[in-house]
Amino acid sequence: MTPERSLILHRAVEVVFPIALVFAVFLLFAGHNAPGGGFVGGLVAGAAFVLRYVDGGSTEVRRAARVHPETLVGTGMAMAAITGAVGWLGGGSFLESRKLSIDLPLLGTAKTTTSLPFDIGVMLVVVGLVVMILRTLGSESHK
Amino acid sequence: MLILILLHALAALTALALGRRLGPRVFLVAALAPLVSVGLLAGRAPGVLDGRPVDEALRWAPSLGLVAAFRLDGFALLVGGLVAGIGVLVMVYASAYFHRGPAVGRAAALLVAFAGAMLGIVLADDLLLIYVFWELTSITSYLLIGIEDQKGSARAAALHALLVTGGGGLAMLGGFVLLGQEAGTYRLSEILAAPPSGGLVGPALALILVGAFTKSAQFPFHGWLPGAMSAPTPISAYLHSATMVKAGVYLIARLAPAFAAAVAFWRPTVVLVGLATMLLGGWRALRETDLKLLLAYGTVSQLGFMTTLFGVGLPEWTFAGAAILLTHALFKAALFMVVGIVDHQAGTRDLRHLGVLWRALPMTAAVAVVAAASMAGLPLLATFPAKEFAFEAALHGGLGRLDPVLAVGLVGGSALTAAYAFRFAWGAFIGGRGAQPTTAKPPARALLGPALVLSALSIALGVAPVLADKVVAPAAQALHADASGLHLALWHGITSALVASAIAVGVGVVLFVRRYAVVRLQRRLQVLPPASAVYARAIERLLHGADLVTGFVQNGSLPIYLGVILLTAVMLPAAHLVAGGSLPQQWVVAETPMQALVTVLTIGAAIGTAVAARRFVAVLFLGGVGYGVAVLFVIQGAPDLALTQFLVETLALVIFVLVLRHLPERFGGSPSRRSHVLRLAVAGIVGVFVTAFALVAAAARTGESVSEEFLARSLPEAGGRNVVNVILVDFRAIDTLGEITVLGVAALGVAALVRTKVDDDT
Repeated sequence: MTPERSLILHRAVEVVFPIALVFAVFLLFAGHNAPGGGFVGGLVAGAAFVLRYVDGGSTEVRRAARVHPETLVGTGMAMAAITGAVGWLGGGSFLESRKLSIDLPLLGTAKTTTSLPFDIGVMLVVVGLVVMILRTLGSESHK
Repeated sequence: MLILILLHALAALTALALGRRLGPRVFLVAALAPLVSVGLLAGRAPGVLDGRPVDEALRWAPSLGLVAAFRLDGFALLVGGLVAGIGVLVMVYASAYFHRGPAVGRAAALLVAFAGAMLGIVLADDLLLIYVFWELTSITSYLLIGIEDQKGSARAAALHALLVTGGGGLAMLGGFVLLGQEAGTYRLSEILAAPPSGGLVGPALALILVGAFTKSAQFPFHGWLPGAMSAPTPISAYLHSATMVKAGVYLIARLAPAFAAAVAFWRPTVVLVGLATMLLGGWRALRETDLKLLLAYGTVSQLGFMTTLFGVGLPEWTFAGAAILLTHALFKAALFMVVGIVDHQAGTRDLRHLGVLWRALPMTAAVAVVAAASMAGLPLLATFPAKEFAFEAALHGGLGRLDPVLAVGLVGGSALTAAYAFRFAWGAFIGGRGAQPTTAKPPARALLGPALVLSALSIALGVAPVLADKVVAPAAQALHADASGLHLALWHGITSALVASAIAVGVGVVLFVRRYAVVRLQRRLQVLPPASAVYARAIERLLHGADLVTGFVQNGSLPIYLGVILLTAVMLPAAHLVAGGSLPQQWVVAETPMQALVTVLTIGAAIGTAVAARRFVAVLFLGGVGYGVAVLFVIQGAPDLALTQFLVETLALVIFVLVLRHLPERFGGSPSRRSHVLRLAVAGIVGVFVTAFALVAAAARTGESVSEEFLARSLPEAGGRNVVNVILVDFRAIDTLGEITVLGVAALGVAALVRTKVDDDT
């Protein structure tokens, strides 16, 4: 975006960005039992995009997040709502959660609950929100 | 029943996706949803017609008493059957009516979505659920009227319809809440079984009636319906004649048996509004030369007729209303389809340019004449026995001073109906000005077929009213338990009702023969301003008022906004604090030296924020305050909270910097002394109050803390050890869902605003 773009920063962001995203996903999954969760995970992922922004402005954010932020927000809300509706299956109430455990070959038993997709929805909304802000408030034409 | 509604939603999405590829044939795909509904309703019909309604309830949020309840009884079967049945026919018709274009998929999707919402109104047994579907029909109607969004007139008509029906819907919601609170339940069937009689029932019903009157285009809200005719004809045929506009009538029909006698204003209000609408609509229909507008005013008139019949709330009236509801849907949908065919094939629907169409379009003309004759109430067609029943009820009396009004009004309204029906059939199809035959190409089978089916039904139900009786009688009984034993009949003998029918048709013939004199008379009698002018005036006033209020409230000064918000937040709780708050017994200044250190640093950063002269420095100090608080969370052993606080603080800092790019580097020049003192005072008051509130609140706990219970339930019930997260995604998930919805909507709004600004600047 600017001629005086820092090479060191650019390289550092290149390394940190994927790590931050992985950490965000880790927080999301860990959230049910340890500090973390969808909201925090979304914030970390959002911060990763902020790094991209600091590196190369909103064009860089556009390159990093190729889907529209509106799509992220919409998908997140839909996921949360649909998870709620799944609670009805089998006579439960809206958003009633259930425990699931899946036996994976080699890896052992994975335990989770039906509130995981709900949390993923929360995460998508938060990420979408941050990206949306970076793309609008931070856009070059808006200086 | 919920599955039916979901099916419509699915069909809508499918139609949207396939619209570009299939063109107008996408309507046939969309038609599958109402077709399945017809099948499913027919499957349930035997039990329902025997008087065993089907109940279905879905637990929504049981702890709030929210249950998505559905109920299929005789009346719901009648109206739902019409919605689904005519839905299928209209969609077949639309598949031949529309041309390939970008809007076809959207039209099909909206039409089927509307059908689902309409079924929802009819099947829902919960007031709030009815409201949701009710507004969905308003919104889909808005989008469908304005489907040709390049035309300014279509957009204006769509907005008119939305403002009137949406405004009425809001009033109705208020009424529903009052009624639900008064009854202690929002289940419609329970409310009707044991009608509440408290003081709020009157206002509740008044508000609900406003909703019903606006939706069903009753005087003085009728102006939007003729405007809605700017929609393509299949849409008018479905929404604005056969189904949506009957939602208000439907609601009146449901409520009248329980409340017509108990609430003093109900019967006179509903009956007089209905009769006024019936007469006014019929009178206006006599003047229109646009066939579609003629039918639109005819619909207004017929809706008034049904409102009157159902509004009385006595068994035989309710029965007559249910019968008219059925027959009206049959003939009016057919007539609209015919107008669409004429428009499509002859290129005009103006009576002044049409004539002797039976030569060019013999089948279409036959369909039109049959439907118009049914509308006029001629014998051997479906409407005749229904109308006989209505006249019989009217002549039966027993309503005191309303008796003569009803008898004269209904016969007069029917005479007007007969007159414009003759005018419709004669003017375009049989005779017409100059008797010059209009040329037209024969219509496609899919255009004519649906109308043919409807007119054939009009004949069948007219010749054998016992067929109509099979659905009408259970419908009336579902509304009114005393309505058993009432039946439609082909021939009642020479009764006063027959005489009334004859008078109505006779006067109709006279009005038709002397139609030019009638038009001249109408021009001279134009005393009331047209409804559209009243609407335009009201909107103008509203906008003017909004300007005044906005100018006063939004004066553009940020310090004033902040001051008002902060002081408002302080006032109410402060009063409470002064009245009854008590400070904690023991004071702990700090638990560890670390805590004290961080607190001092945080306070320092806060002071730095207040005294900084440059915005950027102030923002950095503000971030420091946030980080300081986050560190306190860490010390207190709340990692989740601390993590969130750190991240939010970081992102907020970034957003601040983004915004700062547009602001001057330094804060503005120092304000006047007086305003400086005032700001200091506001800041001081708010600061002192917030501190006091925090101290008092910490000491004010009287009940058990919920944390213990959440901690105990977290692992066994929700399978999570992190109780903060479990609360967010499980115990309090509905709150979270609400919050992310607010977040998403706010983000969209902000993004749209900023983007508009960008577009303006570049």
